Amino acid sequence: MVSYIWFFLIVVGIVYSFLTGNISVINESILTNGKDALELMLSIFPVIVLWSGIMKIAEEAGMLKKFAKILEPILSKLFPSVPKYNPALGFIASNIAANMMGLGSAATPFGLKAMTELQKINDKKDTASVPMITFLVLNTAGVTIVPTTVLALRIAHGSVNPSEIILPGAIATFCSCIGAVTIDYFIRKRGKN
Amino acid sequence: MNILSKIVIPLFVVFVVFYGFTKKVNIYDAFLDGAKEGLQISFNIFPNIIAMVFAINIFLDSNFVYEILNVFEGLLMNFGIPLDILPMAILRPISGTATLAIMNDIFINFGPDSYAGRLASVLQGCTDTTIYVLALYFGSIGVKKIRYSLVVGLIADLIGIVVAFILTAMFF
Repeated sequence: MVSYIWFFLIVVGIVYSFLTGNISVINESILTNGKDALELMLSIFPVIVLWSGIMKIAEEAGMLKKFAKILEPILSKLFPSVPKYNPALGFIASNIAANMMGLGSAATPFGLKAMTELQKINDKKDTASVPMITFLVLNTAGVTIVPTTVLALRIAHGSVNPSEIILPGAIATFCSCIGAVTIDYFIRKRGKN
Repeated sequence: MNILSKIVIPLFVVFVVFYGFTKKVNIYDAFLDGAKEGLQISFNIFPNIIAMVFAINIFLDSNFVYEILNVFEGLLMNFGIPLDILPMAILRPISGTATLAIMNDIFINFGPDSYAGRLASVLQGCTDTTIYVLALYFGSIGVKKIRYSLVVGLIADLIGIVVAFILTAMFF
């Protein structure tokens, strides 16, 4: 999938510049964009390292597990077909918790483990089960409270108040999350009747 | 509200450190362990960043999007939406690195405190890369029939994008 997008971006960009006589701009772009990539990397990589460190403390102190317990009643409503003490629910909660802190990369291992557990109770192994879909919909629309990379980049570009986007961002992500869960709920309901 | 957004992160940090300390976690060692993992993750995404910045720069420098999107400029102007944000909204569900590169571009051209810069920040933070996540998660357990998951994921993204536009207009 990403291959297609990459192909599309490069081919359209170069062919279009040829046709409009702009190819010298592209020439310059190709020759200088290594510097852009490096600068982008330099501004986000210390933040990833820092937050991975902070989150490790949270993990070892059992904060993610605590969080999972708090989310338990909500999760059992969202995933009625998953047995109550199935480890999948714990991984799902940890995944959501890590996503909330804006640590997508920390969230991924929990998410993959959750999928493995859900696959164990899936009847048709090549077809997505209902709880899998609910989980992924929740995950892709996941609530982010601290978008760490965005903050890092805003700081790197000298923003006066880098964290001013946290609140509108959190509300927007909350809306898309509610939307996703609602749509998923109605599809499930209709599927049963 | 500004004060709230300024204290969220310090509060979170002090809470984690304090909580870890009272639970007798060796917080410094735990931090270093996590930081090493973070370093590994950074190394792993670096090739992605190079690849995406490369393609995005070619694409954006060709002016293709802007000339195509110019058609919609009048319509967008009515809603006060800057044209430069549209490629980002379109690519958001597909690639996080691609939109990160576009956001970087917007910060360079307009600054992070411009309207476009703020809108880009909210957009980047509020939705996830649905297509990538579905491919990764379903791929990892060998599920091929993904049923209605993609549709619901994309609708959720759309809701997030629309709300981001509205909220940015309200907040700033």
